[in-house]
Amino acid sequence: MSTSLTAHRRAGNLAAGTMASIDELKSLCRELRVDALKMIHAAASGHPGGSLSSVEIVASLYFSEMKFRAGEPAWPGRDRFVISKGHGVPTVYAALARAGCFDRSELSSLRRLGSPLQGHPDRIRLPYIEAATGSLGQGLSVSVGLALAERFDSEDYRTYCLLGDGEVQAGQVWEAVMASAKYRLGKLTAIVDYNKVQLDGFVAAIMDLQPLGEKFASFGWHVLEVDGHDLEALRSAFAQAREDERPSVLIAHTVKGKGVSFMEDTYAWHGKAPNEQELERAISEIRSAAD
Amino acid sequence: MGKASRAAFGEALLRIGATHERVVALDADLASSVQTRKFAEAYPERFFQLGIAEGNMIGVAAGLALSGMVPFAASFACFIIGRFEQIRMSVGYNNANVRLVGTHSGIGIGEDGYSQMGLEDLALMRSLPNMVVIQPADAVEAEKATEFLADYVGPAYLRLTRQSLEDLNDDDYEFEFGKGVMLREGADLALVATGGVVHNCLLAAEALSQEGLRVAVVNIHTLKPIDDELLRGLAAESPIMTVEDHGVVGGLGSAVVESLSEIKGARVRVHGVRSYGESGSGKELYAKHGLDAVGIASQARDFLNNDS
Repeated sequence: MSTSLTAHRRAGNLAAGTMASIDELKSLCRELRVDALKMIHAAASGHPGGSLSSVEIVASLYFSEMKFRAGEPAWPGRDRFVISKGHGVPTVYAALARAGCFDRSELSSLRRLGSPLQGHPDRIRLPYIEAATGSLGQGLSVSVGLALAERFDSEDYRTYCLLGDGEVQAGQVWEAVMASAKYRLGKLTAIVDYNKVQLDGFVAAIMDLQPLGEKFASFGWHVLEVDGHDLEALRSAFAQAREDERPSVLIAHTVKGKGVSFMEDTYAWHGKAPNEQELERAISEIRSAAD
Repeated sequence: MGKASRAAFGEALLRIGATHERVVALDADLASSVQTRKFAEAYPERFFQLGIAEGNMIGVAAGLALSGMVPFAASFACFIIGRFEQIRMSVGYNNANVRLVGTHSGIGIGEDGYSQMGLEDLALMRSLPNMVVIQPADAVEAEKATEFLADYVGPAYLRLTRQSLEDLNDDDYEFEFGKGVMLREGADLALVATGGVVHNCLLAAEALSQEGLRVAVVNIHTLKPIDDELLRGLAAESPIMTVEDHGVVGGLGSAVVESLSEIKGARVRVHGVRSYGESGSGKELYAKHGLDAVGIASQARDFLNNDS
């Protein structure tokens, strides 16, 4: 274990790849929200709404569900995670920093020239990223390939793919859904961050996905509907997914901009950075929120 | 007449399957056409039939590559580049070790007409910084190029023909990645060609020699990285006419012009396809578009007569 990781643990951070308690995760989620907003504020651009909605999902993956080693991004036994909704990556960067993959001071370099923390994830510049994304609709196909490759690998691993709800409108997602069922990819779990809002407005108005669960089920998937901000429910759903031989999807009902009253449920904060006052207000709301 | 380059690819892939256990093939309902069926039958566990969904196929290939497999994903050239967004993002930007194989290139496919013709694939594939681009001129070269790609690491595109090709090379031919092949020397004009039309250039050069013209013929099997040194040497000696069964924008002609763009006195004519394709026999289409020996010789005369 690297010295920096030890230091991070002493500083009260969590070890990724182990199962944190629900209370630890709740506290961590507040910090991830703060980190993500600070990063986006410092960059003066980014996507707060979809970063905040996926906080509990990302925290659950890195600090409870996935096999993962900070300091060893190419560890062959790691579980694979593709954040297909690449614009939500600030939350992932914040989680990686909290796990000790790099120093938290690097977070403020988001979107800056030369930073490994690109505006959308880049696996060449940041090896903890499994696949570059940001052109929506492609991450599940890549995840199918990762899950198929596992069958030829001496290591056992699972593959996780976080989809935005808007990107589920893309036809390629359903091509990948069909392929996952055909190849019975039981070690593949997709999570839809179903926050109901996309760049131009409400998902239901732009191109409704409903009935989303029935769609996945009719394509041969194991469907779990879950409150995407309920850490215990997420933990239980991930456990159920592991037990099923079919590919599983967690339809995670979330709130866009979760945790900041003026960012919630609106497309206005899909792709806009908070100014100084807005950041302070947001942090104050997040920190004072009851568990 | 020898084999089509797609057939040679299929046979080489089958052989590679025995020696390279991480090589896998991906298909979008064209295994019989792109000639991966033999591999599929020999190695069913390493063959992935993904249906008529090329975008997904390319993404799945990227995922397989990112976890250490060596995928060949094949379809018609036009359908491969129809999914350029997936190629750009999931393959190129990830530097994924994927071999994309585009068969049925050019108007040479004949009767099926424009919708099945790859006429823009070289332009798009060349545009990605880390994508290497290879187009063999005969069956032997196609086999050797396929063998080369089995061990190459990085994104690659292999362009193949539907139609049978005349043999240019012996079985002991050595494929040298990135190197042009001088097939014939000549100081009055150099025909620089790629793919199935290389043979037609040899015929044209022979016809022109009857008129007293000394015409060189060069086979460019690697379009990217292109053999700058060879091209610059040629440009110093004679005018160059590029010949390809591909649109005149972005293919071999563009690659040669780019290579020579800072070379004083270099003269290049780009000869290729200048319209959408259409139905007809491959032979008729080559005659109509000036890609048979007669048409190439005629273009060459016109080019040399316009020497200013």
